[in-house]
Amino acid sequence: MKLTLRVWRQSGPRDKGAMVEYKLADISPDASFLEMLDVLNERLIASGEEPVAFDHDCREGICGMCSLVINGTPHGPERATTTCQLHMRKFKDGEVIDVEPWRARAFPVVKDLVVDRSAFDRIIQSGGFITAPTGTAPEAHSTPVPKPDADAAFEAAECIGCGACVAACPNGSAALFLGAKVTHLGLVPQGQPERWDRVVSMLDTHDGEGFGGCTNTGECTVACPKGIPLDVIGRLNHDYLKATAGGKKK
Amino acid sequence: MNDDFYRSGGPIADTKAPSGPIEDRWTRRKFEAKLVNPANKRKKKIIIIGTGLAGGSAGATLGEAGYHVQQFCFQDSPRRAHSIAAQGGINAAKNYRNDGDSVHRLFYDTVKGGDFRARESNVHRLAEISTQIIDQCVAQGVPFAREYGGLLDNRSFGGTQVSRTFYARGQTGQQLLLGAYQALMRQVEAGNVELYPRHEMLDLIMEDGRARGVVVRNLINGEIKHYTADAVVLASGGYGNVYFLSTNAMGSNVTASWRAHRHGALFANPCYTQIHPTCIPVSGDHQSKLTLMSESLRNDGRVWVPKKGGDGRRPSDIPEDERDYYLERIYPSFGNLVPRDIASRAAKNVCDEGRGVGPGGLGVYLDFADAIARLGRGTVEAKYGNLFEMYERITGENPYDTPMRIYPAVHYTMGGLWVDYDLQSNIPGLFVIGEANFSDHGANRLGASALMQGLADGYFVLPNTIGDYIARNDLPPVAGTAVAEAETRVTSQIERLLSIDGDRSVDSFHRELGHIMWEYCGMERTEEGLRKALTLIPELRAEFWTRVKVTGKGEELNQQLEKAGRVADFLELGELMVIDALHRTESCGGHFRAESQDEDGEAKRDDDRFGYVAAWEWAGEGEQPVLHKEDLDFEYVKPTQRSYK
Repeated sequence: MKLTLRVWRQSGPRDKGAMVEYKLADISPDASFLEMLDVLNERLIASGEEPVAFDHDCREGICGMCSLVINGTPHGPERATTTCQLHMRKFKDGEVIDVEPWRARAFPVVKDLVVDRSAFDRIIQSGGFITAPTGTAPEAHSTPVPKPDADAAFEAAECIGCGACVAACPNGSAALFLGAKVTHLGLVPQGQPERWDRVVSMLDTHDGEGFGGCTNTGECTVACPKGIPLDVIGRLNHDYLKATAGGKKK
Repeated sequence: MNDDFYRSGGPIADTKAPSGPIEDRWTRRKFEAKLVNPANKRKKKIIIIGTGLAGGSAGATLGEAGYHVQQFCFQDSPRRAHSIAAQGGINAAKNYRNDGDSVHRLFYDTVKGGDFRARESNVHRLAEISTQIIDQCVAQGVPFAREYGGLLDNRSFGGTQVSRTFYARGQTGQQLLLGAYQALMRQVEAGNVELYPRHEMLDLIMEDGRARGVVVRNLINGEIKHYTADAVVLASGGYGNVYFLSTNAMGSNVTASWRAHRHGALFANPCYTQIHPTCIPVSGDHQSKLTLMSESLRNDGRVWVPKKGGDGRRPSDIPEDERDYYLERIYPSFGNLVPRDIASRAAKNVCDEGRGVGPGGLGVYLDFADAIARLGRGTVEAKYGNLFEMYERITGENPYDTPMRIYPAVHYTMGGLWVDYDLQSNIPGLFVIGEANFSDHGANRLGASALMQGLADGYFVLPNTIGDYIARNDLPPVAGTAVAEAETRVTSQIERLLSIDGDRSVDSFHRELGHIMWEYCGMERTEEGLRKALTLIPELRAEFWTRVKVTGKGEELNQQLEKAGRVADFLELGELMVIDALHRTESCGGHFRAESQDEDGEAKRDDDRFGYVAAWEWAGEGEQPVLHKEDLDFEYVKPTQRSYK
């Protein structure tokens, strides 16, 4: 395949950055999008240019490290797919492809296509867990969990924390990420004691990190590579209202 | 006897494993351990490298215990450690199925599955702790698969005949890691753990023969900094990426372990690499990694190839009586569930006979037609849906309609830094846990046992043993000279890498090393091939240090520089792996020496000559490594040739 890439190059957080054009030939349609960028980088190195910095790790669609806004869409055109699992056979020969980093105030650019997503970790730190010190756990079978609840909790827990939801959102909101964790932990009996405190403190941290508010545009769930459903945001709102207006939280 | 490629050193006398009945050893060890007063724990600092199942669970537990933990990972978040990608499940001897499982049976299966090259005491402890791990993870809210009655579901897994594997669809590693990550994040919030993502350990700080800290590079701005502590824990994973193509994440590397090895930490059984039988076959030269299909698929999928070679028909056009379900034929009692080494070699053999399928003939079918007919498509979809989807995304083929194609690939390394029963290396104060150590899997690893070991080490073993070390030793503040020496080593290597300015990319060296390793030190090894590799690797290494081109500067985010340092270490490790493979003239587990096989072509161990752990000491650049042996005693599981027929 022949391709024209227009890639966002930015040497550091303070640099202005710009789109730079590269021509590529002989790309295998079986290559993944990241393998195509590997080929680009090999050629840049050979010609004495700086390779493009981008984040990636497992290349199996599960670690959540890969990002890239491809032709305006986080993780590219294929639904429910991470960038590392997107293959070049999904593009047309001769196509012009724009490659940009996640763009959101809460995700500052580090270099080229690499952004800082540590705000997500801080949201989890503020309550995205169940307080279960090691060695104190009761026998696993002592707490049955109805299968539908376990399955729904699992579906929410599938979130890989990549941040595509934020990149897709016109408000730069992380409500889908937050809703997924609140739903996962709120659906299992183990998560009940901290349920109301959790939602309030996580939402406070979310807002404090500079993520925007949710206006239910639904772009997040369309971009989500794991298909986290929009109703986790409904659960988030429900739990937040119940915790605050409903007086559950002290 | 000394061979011409290594030197012999003294035996390893003390593994610190307690004596007495095996069931009581761990209880005794815990009781005999000296405790650290809770008020003193706050003053004690522990450094942990890595945030996977082992490192994450250790950080969470040590932080909770009150120690001051500083934890580092090269990823942008601890949640991205490669444990996240483990699919299949985690074993535990709960006997929830009433099918005769017990701690002793899990112990027995694991020692046997490791082909009698693991330490009995460690493996028994692992089996004992397995039940607590499930309890702990459930309490954290890990959404394991459930029955309609609300109780936990199980499945059976490669190499076992009982149903003891707990799972969360095909993403068990992800859910277990997120559990550990969340517990770790809780300790960060509590102020007990200081977290340093996008930091890479590049050297160990040694003083008075003890590990007292690390030198790290901040990957964002290139800053070199040092951190000192009372003990250092390496939880930095495996080194399968020495093969370039593997199922490991792209960043997985050996650097933390290797730099410790260069300070005297023994590297045990480096050639023990597990080849996983169910990966998606290679499609072309552009390929950067291999993707694993969970082994649980072999539970319901049937493996076959056409009976005659060169059969180019579509699988659906090949009638039943022209198919060879070779695992069921050769191994009737285990069938498609034989252990990984057996399944991998059998696949290689049928492909070598010219009966492989797909591009290049390097693939076998994994067929779900019978399972779909028996269970219905819905059930199969519920069990394996996400794996089927992943397969289709990568290959463009729909596995509900046509059988999957699979081929073996490098997956997990059972070798690693040598540790005693306390998970301490031979360097006092340096502990090594999870895949980074060598201790529990022997020469082969059963399915669903790595997640178990990672969490056992991190949640339950290390927190009990590291305190004993801290309580028994007076650890004064570290002097500046040790720190300065370590920092100088790091900065001078970086300067050297940046100054070569050659004409070959880092990746081109890595690929070439990978080819050598797979060709000569892969699934099947011969004396001749290994000797050839022993001349090729030093040549490649010399070329690396004169021709590599590392772009950019040291004081910035520089992914080429990161890779270059790791490949430099792989180039040294690769040679040690070959030496280890060459000296061990037996077939064992995933390590098949063509010269050592029985009349049926099955692997032949030589327990009399090789019933030991090979622990290698670094002797300096270009010097022959020194072999120390730890003899293995089997009091409870008597070595027998494994047979799955």
